[in-house]
Amino acid sequence: MRISITVNGAQCALDVDPGDVLLDVLRGADYLEVKGTCHAGDCGACTVLVDGHPVASCLTLAARVDGHSVTTVRGIGDGTHPHPLQKAFVENGAAQCGYCIPGAIVSAKALLDENPEPTEDEVRLAMDANYCRCTGYEQQIEAVLDAAEQLRKEGHR
Amino acid sequence: MSDHVKGFRHTAEGLPLTHVVGTSVDKIDGYSLVSGAPVYTDDIAAREFPHRLHGKILGSPIPQGMITSIDTSSAEELPGVHLVLTFKNTPRTFYTTAGQGWPEPSPYDNQMFTERVRFVGDRVAAVFADTVEAAEEALHRIKVTYQEEPAVLDASDAMKPGAPLVHPENPKGAYDPAHNVAAHVDVAVGDVDAALAASEVTIAETFETHYAQHVPMETHTSLAYVDDTGKLTIVSSTQVPWHVRRIVSRILGMPMSKLRVIKPRIGGGFGAKQEILIDDLVAYAALRTGLPCEIELTRKEEFIASRTRHPMKIDMSIGCDTAGHFKALKMYVLSNTGAYGSHSLTVMSNTGSKTLPLYNKANDVRFYGDAVYTNLPVPGAYRGYGATQGYAALETTIDDLAAKLHMDPIELRTMNMIQVGEGSPIFEALGEGRQGVAQTIKSSSLPELLALGAQAIGWQEKRGKRARVGHKVRGVGMSMHMQGSGIPLIDMGAASMKLNEDGTYFLAVGATDIGTGSDTILTQMAAEILGVGADMISTLSSDTDLTPFDVGAYASSTTFVSGGAVVKAAKAIRNQIFSVAAEVLGEELDPMLVMSDPKVEGDNDQPDPILSFYRMDDGYVVSVRSGRRVSVSEIAYRAYYEVGQHQIASTQSFVSPYSPPPFAAHFAEVEVDDLTGKVTVVNYVAAVDCGVSINPNLVRGQVVGAVANGIGFALTEEYHFSARGAMTNPSLFDYKILSRRDMPPVQVIVVDNYEPTGPLGAKSVAEIGINGPIPAIGNAIFDATGVRLHRSPYTPERVLNALREAQK
Repeated sequence: MRISITVNGAQCALDVDPGDVLLDVLRGADYLEVKGTCHAGDCGACTVLVDGHPVASCLTLAARVDGHSVTTVRGIGDGTHPHPLQKAFVENGAAQCGYCIPGAIVSAKALLDENPEPTEDEVRLAMDANYCRCTGYEQQIEAVLDAAEQLRKEGHR
Repeated sequence: MSDHVKGFRHTAEGLPLTHVVGTSVDKIDGYSLVSGAPVYTDDIAAREFPHRLHGKILGSPIPQGMITSIDTSSAEELPGVHLVLTFKNTPRTFYTTAGQGWPEPSPYDNQMFTERVRFVGDRVAAVFADTVEAAEEALHRIKVTYQEEPAVLDASDAMKPGAPLVHPENPKGAYDPAHNVAAHVDVAVGDVDAALAASEVTIAETFETHYAQHVPMETHTSLAYVDDTGKLTIVSSTQVPWHVRRIVSRILGMPMSKLRVIKPRIGGGFGAKQEILIDDLVAYAALRTGLPCEIELTRKEEFIASRTRHPMKIDMSIGCDTAGHFKALKMYVLSNTGAYGSHSLTVMSNTGSKTLPLYNKANDVRFYGDAVYTNLPVPGAYRGYGATQGYAALETTIDDLAAKLHMDPIELRTMNMIQVGEGSPIFEALGEGRQGVAQTIKSSSLPELLALGAQAIGWQEKRGKRARVGHKVRGVGMSMHMQGSGIPLIDMGAASMKLNEDGTYFLAVGATDIGTGSDTILTQMAAEILGVGADMISTLSSDTDLTPFDVGAYASSTTFVSGGAVVKAAKAIRNQIFSVAAEVLGEELDPMLVMSDPKVEGDNDQPDPILSFYRMDDGYVVSVRSGRRVSVSEIAYRAYYEVGQHQIASTQSFVSPYSPPPFAAHFAEVEVDDLTGKVTVVNYVAAVDCGVSINPNLVRGQVVGAVANGIGFALTEEYHFSARGAMTNPSLFDYKILSRRDMPPVQVIVVDNYEPTGPLGAKSVAEIGINGPIPAIGNAIFDATGVRLHRSPYTPERVLNALREAQK
């Protein structure tokens, strides 16, 4: 079947099987910034935003997002034009191996879009589904709080 | 300098002045990682080889037995299937999967495939097909019949007379396979039994640790293809690219000139990827089919069939006088090495060699142990590498000894701990699987770590108070640790540097950045020597064709060993630059100063003699004698295009007789729920001395990350097995690692200390932090409840049972 989705602002028509999950479809379409590890919704690495809400793309049928808007970490920013979240992750030393980071950053983005002034506990809760095995989370939490502050200063989300 | 933010306190006083070292520069791959760049093995495979073959592995359903028949014809007939591999059509080379130095210390008890299966999940066959689905379907079509045999599912049974043999084929390098003993060690200094008998106070306890997994976010992934020149290239999520090349070359009988191994970005390793698990399969399949072949382990396979931590049962005895002065230390280890002996000898050796020297006041010491085969999943290297298990036993036993002596555990440790200027006979008696190398401690912040850590946790106020709210009671506990920095006189790293015409540099290192940030800190070290910012150097790492050799990312070696090579290479080209500067400025410079071997040591008290003639300053060479300057770029143009033309470059290697230990003191405050047995860590303090922190942010990340992994190991992470030895919880849903909300507040205290044998004063930091949680939390539970747990993890069930037992 053919689905039409918007990925990072670009219109995208894709041929998918009804059983295909969004993770595989996105990676197949060269959106390789979406990383998978457990394919069971347990780890959060493959998180993307669908209409602004974080979902585990390994559990989301691609057909279900037909007509919807998908944002990956690259839609938030890239190496040349990093989003304050990405900048804060780098500056806080919050990315070690980096494999979980694309999922962690989109979860953080969804949080800050909804709640520009989160507490530490709210950050932990919003990103609880995003496992990281390298950092012990502390510097990632601080990065999100730093980015929130930076975004408030800049007066945009 | 002293930095103090919430959760992180870093002091670095009295150190040599530096401009890049000691600053938290951004990771050089940072922006690529946070924007999800396609830099991991599967990303590269997907982008460059969309039509590659996908490999899937058939695992054994039984724990022990022989394959009596295997029929692959139906699988081979399936459309899209290109190759089915079994013991019938693959090389029969015996090898070890352990990616270690040479000669290899692990037994050659592995073959690509064999007629015998030794654990549930052991390799039976592999299929390569156009799609993952076709490969999986083909696995179902392989018809195998097994002759099942009795299995050994408990390490305590393995050496008993008549126990089933896991390796009846008598593999080379195994200690006594006729009794399931893969490795054995016995090292004695003095007469420990006599010393124990003569001691005024003795204590003897047994501690058991459990099966746990590294859980790198990226599972093992490997891609192989034959390039246009006929060279077989392996792109692998490995910690040990050179060992992959050496081992695959041996298995397949291929010259190394026809093999290239590239390590791209790696999604975490922690030791699991110090192992050749799938590289042989993709390499052989690419040769056989001529097509690019990839295997990406599933999370389930990662749990069942990659590697784990060695479960150990450790008998620990200590003898001392009534004042607490240690006289005798005796440690016996029964290590479960599962179905294969990967790292069996060396992990077990480290259980003693990285723990007992910490308490060097005991004159009579014995360390001995057996690593036994069982029909269970295969342990291997895992952050901490045996020391973690050793400290679980040693540090809880010392805690009980302190209680027996009515002493403060910190005081008991302080009076027995190793100090600067001291050694331990264990350093020399026990190395990694062979004799060790004598060591004298040249730097240690342990006294400060103990003091600052105790203060941070509130030791005086909280210890022994058993503060209770309802059915919840609190306590504090602590533990003390050391590790090493590489394997002395074994681990070697090399680095190449060259100067570009514009005064920038290129650095090539064999060192393997698996997410730790080693590419960044090695760049910082080079920048420090060359008097430039880290952004003036581009760094390439871990390609067996394009970069020089390095043993790889393990044994806490990279900062110390690879860093040593980088410092030497940077000094060598700096001296070549000085030589041209002298020509340009028309000044004399003794060629012997330029040519002499660059050294890592002596930065602190014995500056390089050449520095009294020239120094580097932000892209310029400054003559100390005349004060005149010449730009490094001008020197490069002159050397490459104009006068006395030559390449300014050098390759240097570093191997050290020293392995300076980092030190740590860990403190935990816990709350134990009487009703449920649940243990909550409410506060954790990890104080560490890693020499000079090259990049404090990355040091902190290594420590918190190791502590998080360690707390998971102490409280929640555990393999469960069926009656037939099959792991029953192989998913991240059923195997619980810490999430953000599970993670307690962790304060990291770093007290820098210049290590004179290390590159720019550095020691290691990656492993030591995982050694603390089991003993520190166990000791805090003891402080809170008076109940001692002798088995990890401290799950509610186990804690509750122990509390009830104590009330009987």
